[in-house]
Amino acid sequence: MTILAFILAGTLAAATPMLLAALGELIVERSGVLNLGLEGMMALGAAIGFVVTYQTHNPVLGFAAAALGGILLSLVFAALALGFMANQVAAGLAIGVLGQGMSSLLGKPLESQTLTAPDTLAIPGLADLPLIGPVFDQDIVVWLTLLLAVVIWAVLNHTKLGLILRAVGENPHAARAIGFRVLRIRLAAIAFGGALAGMAGAYASTIYTPLWADGLIAGRGWIAVALVVFGTWQPFRITFGALLFGALSLGGLIAQAGGIALPSQLLASLPYVVTIVMLAVISSNRRRMRLNTVASLGQPFSG
Amino acid sequence: MRLHFERRETMSRPVMLAAPLIALVLAMLTSLILFAALGKPAGQALYSLLLEPFIGWYNFSEVLLKMGPLMLIAQGLAIGFRANVFNIGAEGQLIIGALCASALPVYFPEGTSALMLPAMIVLGALGGALWAGIAAGLRSRFNANEILVTLMLTLIATQVLNYMVLGPWKDPHGFNFPQSVIFPDAALLPILLPGTRVNVSLPGALIASGLAYVLMRHRFAGFQLLVGGMAPRAARYAGFSEGRAVWISLLIGGLTAGLAGAFEVAGPLGQLQRSVSSGYGYSAIIVAYLGGLNPLGIVVSAFLMAALFIGGDNAMVSADLPVAAVFVFQGLLLVFYLGSLTFIRHRLIFSRGRPA
Repeated sequence: MTILAFILAGTLAAATPMLLAALGELIVERSGVLNLGLEGMMALGAAIGFVVTYQTHNPVLGFAAAALGGILLSLVFAALALGFMANQVAAGLAIGVLGQGMSSLLGKPLESQTLTAPDTLAIPGLADLPLIGPVFDQDIVVWLTLLLAVVIWAVLNHTKLGLILRAVGENPHAARAIGFRVLRIRLAAIAFGGALAGMAGAYASTIYTPLWADGLIAGRGWIAVALVVFGTWQPFRITFGALLFGALSLGGLIAQAGGIALPSQLLASLPYVVTIVMLAVISSNRRRMRLNTVASLGQPFSG
Repeated sequence: MRLHFERRETMSRPVMLAAPLIALVLAMLTSLILFAALGKPAGQALYSLLLEPFIGWYNFSEVLLKMGPLMLIAQGLAIGFRANVFNIGAEGQLIIGALCASALPVYFPEGTSALMLPAMIVLGALGGALWAGIAAGLRSRFNANEILVTLMLTLIATQVLNYMVLGPWKDPHGFNFPQSVIFPDAALLPILLPGTRVNVSLPGALIASGLAYVLMRHRFAGFQLLVGGMAPRAARYAGFSEGRAVWISLLIGGLTAGLAGAFEVAGPLGQLQRSVSSGYGYSAIIVAYLGGLNPLGIVVSAFLMAALFIGGDNAMVSADLPVAAVFVFQGLLLVFYLGSLTFIRHRLIFSRGRPA
């Protein structure tokens, strides 16, 4: 495999957990809810996905269980944010702490155990291309995640469901006045976000690095929250951002390939530094942010 | 039949005081079930977590030791939280504070100057404030969300710490452990209670609590900060700014976290270690909320959280629980607390049929 193909292929795989989680958060935020517990939901999904796959040798079951775990934790958030009208920032942090704690607790007995990564799915024709062929030989989750970005774009912009979701996020009072159940729609959005975050975690622990290490999510949940802001709440821009961060997290390999010796800590910090820089660059355009941001984001709604 | 919340005419004081206790009881019950489901001796775990910290003078003194940094940081954070400025990166600010404070003893390991310790404390506070100041600058100049920036700065701070204790600052005679040289006596905080590890940082944290109380009571300054953060547009009309609320909140939060970092390395650790923080920066967020973002409440909640930390250490041994159990318990505490908080301003109503 050439270095170029290796990097491109690795970028897609590295981007997938962040993209999957960010797409879920996109739907949550579009409905007007800010769930900052992504890191915790991913961590919990990672642990459940790993444990179940390890026990059953069935990765599909692992992903399903991880999605369920993500949904359950997101429902705790929903109970606080929707039912009890709690501060959404605090509620997100609470389930974040809870999820990370549960993740360590569940994963502890399997510390340093490994799984075998599932087979890849090559796209016929494209995978045989010279130089960049390996890019098209990826596990199925990568393809499904990219497909999901397209589906979410289409649903948001071209279906009645998307219109309702956006209406609930932009003006919940008006949406309620014309007969939509704001809290129910938000509840569904939160659960959807939880499912995707759980599966994003499972992807990280069972496919991307199929080895259990405590804290393996390492800030990717937070980067996913940031990606939604970078992508100004648009699925394709979020996908582009995720790919950029996928490439960045391969920084170590790229630098080694180039024969550059840098401290590993510097390379590990790179995605975080870039997150801050990107956040500043994109947020500084206040007009554009105001145009794209979800009007009722983070505000409790009492029906 | 339908259940819904109705707004109370006035805030309920009894609920305000009961909320943390209700949260504590519910968190206890839930974790009891959870630990039992994981096949751990749940009764033993809860005994270790909640009672053992108060049995015996040494255990209790360790609670007092842990209480200092938690209280100090939570007081700083609460000022920002009240103004809707969410600094969740106290962990990173603590780490940078600890790094800055450690520079002196690392470069002067034989130092005896009486100025070493005060200088370390100042450096720690400045380091923490500087680290938080990055977030303040980015928020006020570039509109960058301070929640994400402070969190990212924490992840970066962790890497900086790893680099220093594994690289340039690693003790050459330390058997390759990720830690610095052991600090000279001139770099250590005086012990307050003989026979324990409780040092003068505890009264320091209490003084900070007093200052936080004065700031909250000083109506105009507190009010400016509150409005600046919560209603930037209204604040601008009144002549005080969002920017000021952002800067003050983050700088105070960073300062207290940095101080706590300096107190840790100059106190119980006596050297810079990779595990300098044990999660104080994150736990302090929960301490701040459980204390109702009130300086007096925070003194109480810091004490409770410190006991939980000591209890967690005990439970690791007695009930074979990993350290993560403490974080599960903390998360449950905050979840239940946020839920019970709603009853301060609302009451639950049963009614028939659909609401109007």
